[in-house]
Amino acid sequence: MIDSSLKQLSADLAARKISSVELTRAYLDRIESNNAAINAFITIDPDASLRQAQAADKRIARGDAQPLTGIPVAHKDIWCAKGWRTTCGSRMLENFRSPYDAHVIERFNAAGAVILGKTNMDEFAMGSSNENSWFGPVKNPWDTEYVPGGSSGGSAAAVAAALAPAATGTDTGGSIRQPAALCGVSGLKPTYGVVSRYGMIAFASSLDQGGPLARSSEDLALLLDTMAGFDARDSTSLERPPEAYTRRLDEPLAGLRIGLPKEYFGEGISADVRKSVEDAIDEYRKLGATTVDIRLPASDLSVPAYYVIAPAEASSNLARYDGVRYGYRAESYDNLLDMYCKTRAQGFGSEVKRRILVGTYVLSHGYYDAYYLQAQRIRRLIARDFAQAFEQCDVIVSPTSPSTAFRIGERTADPVKMYLSDIFTIAANLAGLPGMSIPCGLDAAGLPVGLQIIGNYFTETRMLNVANVYQKQTDWHLRRSPIASNSS
Amino acid sequence: MSLTLHDVQRVAMLARIEVTDTESEQILEQLHGIFKLIEQMQSVDTAAIEPMAHAQDAVGRLRLDTVTETDQHELFQSVAPAAEQELYLVPRVIE
Repeated sequence: MIDSSLKQLSADLAARKISSVELTRAYLDRIESNNAAINAFITIDPDASLRQAQAADKRIARGDAQPLTGIPVAHKDIWCAKGWRTTCGSRMLENFRSPYDAHVIERFNAAGAVILGKTNMDEFAMGSSNENSWFGPVKNPWDTEYVPGGSSGGSAAAVAAALAPAATGTDTGGSIRQPAALCGVSGLKPTYGVVSRYGMIAFASSLDQGGPLARSSEDLALLLDTMAGFDARDSTSLERPPEAYTRRLDEPLAGLRIGLPKEYFGEGISADVRKSVEDAIDEYRKLGATTVDIRLPASDLSVPAYYVIAPAEASSNLARYDGVRYGYRAESYDNLLDMYCKTRAQGFGSEVKRRILVGTYVLSHGYYDAYYLQAQRIRRLIARDFAQAFEQCDVIVSPTSPSTAFRIGERTADPVKMYLSDIFTIAANLAGLPGMSIPCGLDAAGLPVGLQIIGNYFTETRMLNVANVYQKQTDWHLRRSPIASNSS
Repeated sequence: MSLTLHDVQRVAMLARIEVTDTESEQILEQLHGIFKLIEQMQSVDTAAIEPMAHAQDAVGRLRLDTVTETDQHELFQSVAPAAEQELYLVPRVIE
């Protein structure tokens, strides 16, 4: 059962070979046995999950099931789900029970999917290693001495350890793609505006985008069919006709033009990553694709611009956590101002505070033009680079991350070194482009390597096709971490 | 640009985050590293470039000026640290 694709599970549920209750219980049992080793989940609520599973079984029996009816899905703890504790990995929201559902949760519920649990994450999605969670670090199921990546590290690790058949994440600078790469799973960040941000706890609103993590691109397509869609409650949600992301999965790749950006293949990439990515590119050539060298000259500036824009937006978004309307409030304080300052000092972790301070500084009087406005101008340059590149190619391919997973604790002392983990993923967020990561190899230590595919706006269907045809020819996405190979 | 301890303390106050003197010194050191990274932006002349605030450059949607929400204050206030008689309670501001 744990090796089945979502399509297979869906068919088995429809044929009554298994029930949703059995499937959900099987995954809850796996979480029970294995979560202590990797800390992928913050909250599970077996009674709530099994209630949804029972309802799904009734719906299947009535004959009005949809593809995801009865399928358990783990959700990053950034999505508000009514009645569920929704912590965002922070002490600030440690005991916050959401009074409402995010749009994405509404859509999964309407499709009859089961909420399997809420996954661990870097606090407020700020981090690339999942070491910034108030609930402790997540460990990589391939080797528990290593990080799973972040910020959607719990979701990636849950799928990689077969504690969930699929999961949701969010990606502000690489937070779906980088953990997908480091954990050997597939992940997709859609075009900005395709998935509603309503009920998704905000980090940097002009960059944040939700998306799925699963084993294969075929599974991702099925999940995106449910996640994507217009929602008037998100002012940046795009009004577009619904799209069936599964419709072109198997089209041949002959004639596909793959852009290889010189800037994404320079120094600083580990030899194993380079080799695996080059092998994947060779595989694409065999499948009929041609490659074209492209330039993204403003790439060097993407990390600096991101570390102005994201903290600036975060400092504004996180101003709401003041201990008044919800969330943590300091126990003792002298007056209102002191209550704010102590609540925020105690409720936020050090990386979140650091980014709030950077953001407050760059937006403060006298610095706005030099930092925020300059970063927005560079953002335009980065988007233009991509626009020019897409005149010559259909998709852009690169490593997702310059290295495979690093050791827990290895980069915590130096924030800048940690920030550079996302050097190949950040530009797609700044431009608002869709990006994905699929497994394409293992390094000498047996840790997974991710291949990044960046597409033009609204080309998710084509990207999923590009990924799926590769996955039909290769088995990297089917390799299993040691924890996933546990029979219990 | 060179940040000082005074800057850290001023910004922390603007952000309403209490920081101790020891924390300020650690933060200062880390911010030096972060701003060294950020300063790389100053190497390009962008005077002729229009700032990009948003990925899609979309315009805000308008809607009819009608009530679309229902009153759920009891539900929403049920998660408040301190609320009474439909009000959020905070320390006294005016003596």
